[in-house]
Amino acid sequence: MRALLAVLLFVTLTLPAQAEPVSGYAFLDDSTREMQDDEFSNPGMVTVDRGAELFHELRDSEVHSCSSCHGENGAKIDAKAIARYPVFNANLGGLVTLQERVNYCWEINLDRFPLTPGNSQLIALETYVRHLARGEKVNVQTDGEMAPLLAKGEALYNTRFGQLDMACQHCHVQHQGQMLRGQKLSQGQANGFPEYRLGRGRITSLQQRLTECFVSFRAEPFEEGSPEYDLLELYIMSRANGLEIETPAVRF
Amino acid sequence: MLCDLKGANMGSRSVRLLPWLGLYAVCTVALADASAQQAYCEWQSSDFAIASPLCGLEGDPARGRALAADSHGGNCLACHQMPIDEEPFHGTIGPPLQGVGERYSAAQIRLRIVDEQQINPMTIMPGFYRDPAHANRIAGEFWGKTFLTAQQVEDLVAYLVTLK
Ligand code: HEC
Ligand code: HEC
Repeated sequence: MRALLAVLLFVTLTLPAQAEPVSGYAFLDDSTREMQDDEFSNPGMVTVDRGAELFHELRDSEVHSCSSCHGENGAKIDAKAIARYPVFNANLGGLVTLQERVNYCWEINLDRFPLTPGNSQLIALETYVRHLARGEKVNVQTDGEMAPLLAKGEALYNTRFGQLDMACQHCHVQHQGQMLRGQKLSQGQANGFPEYRLGRGRITSLQQRLTECFVSFRAEPFEEGSPEYDLLELYIMSRANGLEIETPAVRF
Repeated sequence: MLCDLKGANMGSRSVRLLPWLGLYAVCTVALADASAQQAYCEWQSSDFAIASPLCGLEGDPARGRALAADSHGGNCLACHQMPIDEEPFHGTIGPPLQGVGERYSAAQIRLRIVDEQQINPMTIMPGFYRDPAHANRIAGEFWGKTFLTAQQVEDLVAYLVTLK
């Protein structure tokens, strides 16, 4: 029995911890890929268009729209900078996700009442901005100030939660590629977010997707914009380093 | 007693989300649930097995088979291939369970369903009858509950021993 235990431990501990990153795209069937690749059939493009409207919108008595600083059609937005998110910005209090950065501009530069995390306008703007960086490779900072934050995010990724007592790594590292009943487990990569979900019929932000995974193993989710979700987002995005941004990806 | 355990279990979440009144309400719910379901029965493992049936209950293999396929029940098919041919999708995360009744005794199978982490601390397989007090951030509606009831575990044991 002890020998069996030792063998099992050995097998699980020697599984590839950091395999090459593979996009969720590789796990799709052909028709879903075609849908994602064709901008006229990709249902996520509706959200991109909505984001574009908000980006250019100048409300009554307002001085700025997003486009007055970032250019018509986001001409002055640097795709490489978008691919760095989440970033470390000491002036903004440390770790900043792309959604938080957009909300910051909304509040400080447009002088509007800030939106709550997960607000549909915020997700539309996030989708639009990340779509501008489509094809750019995710390039999250992993050294310097980020290193200790990444370690915290990784610890959360490896923590068991909920009635089923599962960690993210169980499905997306240890058992990636295997079938969970009819569903093939991907690496749970974040390069396509916000993404359109066929099963739900709506655009979904990364943190909303985390909540779905938490609910599936009967764990109490964290709140969107909470330090825990921001740290998870950082760690998950860093796993996608080198993968091309696909926003808006199409997934089940 | 169950109430005390609940309060302790809720930890930091209760502080953030629930006022004391809410905590009280949760307490009453838990007591009501316990009488409706069955109170959690303590179990002992030794030599990687649980010799005695949970709560002294007797299992029914037909119910166990149905439960293994039910995606709202045990959903063992999510991860294991089993000789349940009428169901189309069988998971491949765990080993196939054909022949498991040959490899293991009822007592060994019982521990594997109740708490596989005692055998492999890294396992993904949920403990279907672990002490709910040890769960981390369990969602509100599942507080104080095991994943399966003692009766359901015994039904599954009764079914799996027939897989020779
Ligand atoms: C019980 C299994 C399971 C666990 C545990 C789990 N997930 Fe998932 N996750 C899935 C399934 C199934 C999907 C959808 C198919 C796929 O892409 O793997 C998914 C999808 C995802 C995606 C979207 C991938 C894409 O390409 O769109 C992300 C991101 C993700 N999970 C992150 C997490 C995180 C973070 C955790 C821990 C909080 C977690 N998952 C825990 C099963 C799980
Ligand atoms: C989320 C995945 C998952 C689910 C759901 C699951 N199992 Fe497992 N099970 C595993 C894995 C993985 C193993 C391999 C051993 C390990 O990881 O410790 C295993 C091992 C077993 C074993 C030992 C088999 C052997 O040959 O060593 C039995 C018995 C078993 N499971 C029964 C069940 C039953 C009954 C259910 C449903 C009530 C169930 N499992 C649900 C993942 C799962």
